[in-house]
Amino acid sequence: MLELDELTVKYRIAGGEVPAVRGVSLSVPAGEALGLAGESGSGKSSVALALLRLLPRSADVGGRVLLDGEDVLSMKWGRLRAVRWSSASIVFQGAQHGLNPVRRIGDQIAEPLLVHKLASGAVADRRVQELLSQVGLPAWRARSYPHELSGGQRQRVMIAMALACEPQLIIADEPTTALDLMVQAQVLTLIRRLIADHGISLLMISHDLSVLADVCDRLAVMYAGRLVEVGPSSGEFRHPYSQALAAAFPTVGDPASRLAPRGLAGDPPDPQQLPGGCAFHPRCPVALETCATSDVQLRASGAGRTAACVLVGE
Amino acid sequence: MSTVAWVRRKRAAGRFWTDFRKQRAGVAGLVILAAAVVLALIAPLFIDAGVTNVVSGTGAKLAPPSPADPLGTDESGRSVLLMIWWGSRTSLLIGFLAALLSMVIGTVLGIAAGHFRGWVGAVILRITDWFLVLPSLVTALVLAAILGGSTATIIVAIGVTSWPSTARLIRAQTLAVEARPYIERSLALGAGHWHITTRHVLPNVAPLLLASTTLEVASAIVTESTLAFLGVSANKTSWGTMLRGSYDWGAATAGAWWYILVPGLCIVTVVMAFTLCGRALETVLNPRLRTRAHA
Repeated sequence: MLELDELTVKYRIAGGEVPAVRGVSLSVPAGEALGLAGESGSGKSSVALALLRLLPRSADVGGRVLLDGEDVLSMKWGRLRAVRWSSASIVFQGAQHGLNPVRRIGDQIAEPLLVHKLASGAVADRRVQELLSQVGLPAWRARSYPHELSGGQRQRVMIAMALACEPQLIIADEPTTALDLMVQAQVLTLIRRLIADHGISLLMISHDLSVLADVCDRLAVMYAGRLVEVGPSSGEFRHPYSQALAAAFPTVGDPASRLAPRGLAGDPPDPQQLPGGCAFHPRCPVALETCATSDVQLRASGAGRTAACVLVGE
Repeated sequence: MSTVAWVRRKRAAGRFWTDFRKQRAGVAGLVILAAAVVLALIAPLFIDAGVTNVVSGTGAKLAPPSPADPLGTDESGRSVLLMIWWGSRTSLLIGFLAALLSMVIGTVLGIAAGHFRGWVGAVILRITDWFLVLPSLVTALVLAAILGGSTATIIVAIGVTSWPSTARLIRAQTLAVEARPYIERSLALGAGHWHITTRHVLPNVAPLLLASTTLEVASAIVTESTLAFLGVSANKTSWGTMLRGSYDWGAATAGAWWYILVPGLCIVTVVMAFTLCGRALETVLNPRLRTRAHA
């Protein structure tokens, strides 16, 4: 369904370039849910925006993005507009800002239908009611304004909007950030149910591994613009960075875990001055001397799992 | 569905009216405006263009106010009261239409300049700046002189010289609106330029536009009077041409204060009424001003 082949994103800034994504190859087969994890600045949102060419003009995108076998990066503007939303739609982070405050919810959900000339008038109204009921909102909400809805309801509206054109792929960029935990659980259940019901592929992006593991079949972990590990969400992580990311979550109800050191010292590297060798070696607890000089590609490390670390092997 | 929408619209209008009514200056302005417009509209029922005819003046030359001519007469013995009444039609018509023209040009170019980044926006912006630094009164004078003096040319002359500030205002608001994430969302779902500008930007700049239009009408009326006073007029009696006449005929030295004061006061009153309305509209429609007023 979706295939990334050596995707690179560089931002041109005054006095140079910032490589945000440095060669990411991934595939999301039809009907599968893939989670993309990483710290802030690891390039995961750049990947999401590059998929539909939504990056600002200052970004140089390289490699290939195949959506249903068609290269998004070489599409003409008209074809790109047609593909946006009808093949792949996005659930953005921060639903409170993703809705126009002066327009009604129903009109905004109908927007993709009108833009793609799929429906209008009474037909579009009926479709909006249908979409609202799919995400668990009453039909009369179509007449509300965004400020009359709670955060969770707004995120449901964003999801309804993403479903409007029956896309084959949904890209969810931090869909539950800024929602409280109970609402987050509800929204995740909703996403899980919808992709299962409609057979939609999902690329979900988050810094929160527990959220991704909850919804996705496979997880990919990014560090400094590269994938460091890809594998089934059920298995154990092998790469030291993924392990540190997973261990950074507190264990609720276990006072001893509060005293145990977790997480990583130091900050993610400055993308303009990446360390040589493995980009992670300055923060790596188990780094070898060779890590500072030799870069490691993704290699097989267990059932269906690849990791980019010298320490892993079959 | 349509009845529901209608009920809701009625309720929204009711809320707007409740808020507006609290602005007492705005209500005063509205009453004056309504009176001026109604009087201008019903004038043909009572008088006709004959009151401005120099040969049909019945009074004495520059006669002071009297029971026969409550506001005195002009140099040809015409009643100043009737001429003010008839002249309000030209003044208000030019004021409204010129403001409308200026708003349309300003909105279209302002949104275009804000929406299209890159060279298109830059070119529109430079054109706007160029019109902005032109002394608009002089430009309007030259335009009206070249095009000849009909009502339409005066409207065009005022309209094409007064749009740049509107364009600037609208452009700034467009930039602010387009930085919002829902524009990015709209782009992601395949929206084109037309969809984004008409469905997202225009509704967001509309309140600002409405308030600024009322202020623009006021300034268009002043400009019309100024142009007429400077001798470029539509050859129809307006408040501006009357002021011009009072100057030409030495009303000041003749002590005919009614000939100068009455048209002048009319201009000031109507312009002030528009300004009061515009300020009140701004307060009611601008959420930032509104919260401050309620706090």
